[in-house]
Amino acid sequence: MSSRSKLRCFGERRHIYKGALAIGIAKHNGGKMRKTYLIWVALLVVAVVGSVAGTMYYLGAPTKNRVIVSTTTSLYDTGLLDAIESEFETKYSIDLNFISVGTGIAVQHAQRGDADLILVHSPTDELTFLTGGTGLNRKIIAYNFFVIVGPETDPAQIRDTTPFQALSKIVESGRNGNVKWVSRGDNSGTHVKEKSLWTAAGFNLTTLTKESWYINAGSGMGDTLKKADYFSAYTLADVGTYLKYYRDGLISLKVLVEQEKDLLNVYSAIAVNQTLHPNVNFDGAMTFVKFLISDEGQQIIEQFGKDDYGQSLFYPAVRLLKENTEPTIAQWIREYAFFNGTECPPEYRKGYPELYD
Amino acid sequence: MGNEIIDGFIKAFQLILSGDPTVMEISGRSILISSSATMLSVLWGLPVASILGLKRFRGRFLLKGFFNAMLGIPTVALGLILYLFFSNAGPIGFLHLLYSPPAIIIGQAILITPITVSFITSAIESIDPEIKDLAKTLGASEIEASIAVLKESMNGVVLAITASFNRAIAELGVVLMVGGNIAGFTSVLTTTIALETNKGNIELSIALAIILLLIVSVLSISINLIQRRRT
Repeated sequence: MSSRSKLRCFGERRHIYKGALAIGIAKHNGGKMRKTYLIWVALLVVAVVGSVAGTMYYLGAPTKNRVIVSTTTSLYDTGLLDAIESEFETKYSIDLNFISVGTGIAVQHAQRGDADLILVHSPTDELTFLTGGTGLNRKIIAYNFFVIVGPETDPAQIRDTTPFQALSKIVESGRNGNVKWVSRGDNSGTHVKEKSLWTAAGFNLTTLTKESWYINAGSGMGDTLKKADYFSAYTLADVGTYLKYYRDGLISLKVLVEQEKDLLNVYSAIAVNQTLHPNVNFDGAMTFVKFLISDEGQQIIEQFGKDDYGQSLFYPAVRLLKENTEPTIAQWIREYAFFNGTECPPEYRKGYPELYD
Repeated sequence: MGNEIIDGFIKAFQLILSGDPTVMEISGRSILISSSATMLSVLWGLPVASILGLKRFRGRFLLKGFFNAMLGIPTVALGLILYLFFSNAGPIGFLHLLYSPPAIIIGQAILITPITVSFITSAIESIDPEIKDLAKTLGASEIEASIAVLKESMNGVVLAITASFNRAIAELGVVLMVGGNIAGFTSVLTTTIALETNKGNIELSIALAIILLLIVSVLSISINLIQRRRT
């Protein structure tokens, strides 16, 4: 210890003695000191509790008429739902709260009654959700296509092949050590689609995922695209996130396989059953679904992204299915995302018959 | 890469100087939520730390060890546990706090409690035990003697509170899971940075990160200055 800090130490000590002395003297005032302290402590506690409670109140407890929508990331992170929300909230006094997660977690939220509505894109999970009894009034709202993207040089030569051929070629080149594949690996709708594509192309997923060229990213679409770009690898992407990242110069991957029946991506809305979870806002959720499938809602979906990307990121599905305006695609949707020939079997419907006119 | 950071700096100052309403709202909410959480954690952490630092009792080391261990709790784990508690199917689901600012305040307060407790405890322990005895000799009661020790450890307590606040405002995992990052309601600086990064808006993310750093720096430096004046 230097002499200077010793001095300092002594100074502090003296100060301490003074403090102790003060208490000693105060003690002679007969317990008054203790009372004053107690009052101060009580005041402080009240002040802290009061200001915390005040902050909580100011920031707002949940409003009465809010609808919590657990949504797949592609619909929210592209900005589509923000565009829809601003139109919707000018017409209705309902507060839309979006929670942007993967399809897997969105279904979990709904099953626990933590969401009033889910927007998802994984028909097999949706069917399980409906048959489980928690989901009601499923309605297909939009569709687009997944794309297989990869480096411009396309070492596996998958450009303009069918998705299944493309996957076979990627496996072949991957095993030769020439290319890599990045998988979402997060049980999202896109990941589920990827898994079903591998299976349909005749591959065993359990063995594939163990091979060294198959990278399990375990991340959202944006991160997965960045990883694929970094490794000059191939991946399956939703077209919205891809276009956004490509336009912003974050990735240089190119779309190599697209617009195929097997790459169809269908988005649906499913409300949560109020008899199972009495706290959910079923009518609020249905009001939003009705807006989504109204001409106005469908128009917003179609227009979204046209200015920025020169093409729609999502296509409206309601009129297409009702009036069969594009029979081929309508047929694809029916084969891919209908259950027993309907978007929602009657036993999973409740009220709102106008949804299924 | 470097360009993005520079652009981020420029954008950060543009956003601050122009008083961008969304950024102001998100920053304000971040500060309010985290200061409330800090106050809560001090409210229950200070008494616990005082007992740990001043009293000698069986199990004290175990309890101290527990709080020290909890300093390193993985925030996703804590976030998940809190989510399950707040969830409508969970034990306190009837309060309907999930996805609301109060849930974030409580979550952050629990997260930083180990910091508050551990730091204050060690601040108290570093004070010469003589002072307590001396105060008692001079006729002070147990509580008064303890308060004398607490007063002496004030610098350490302030550091503990600053560290707790900084940790709270920097938190992402817990906030995302119990707050849900709802625009205009539960979005704070960290969750917005994460979302904007996912969206690919790197420049905006960097700008928000710089604003976050500014908040904690300004706060910590001002507290240091105030303390230097006092001593």
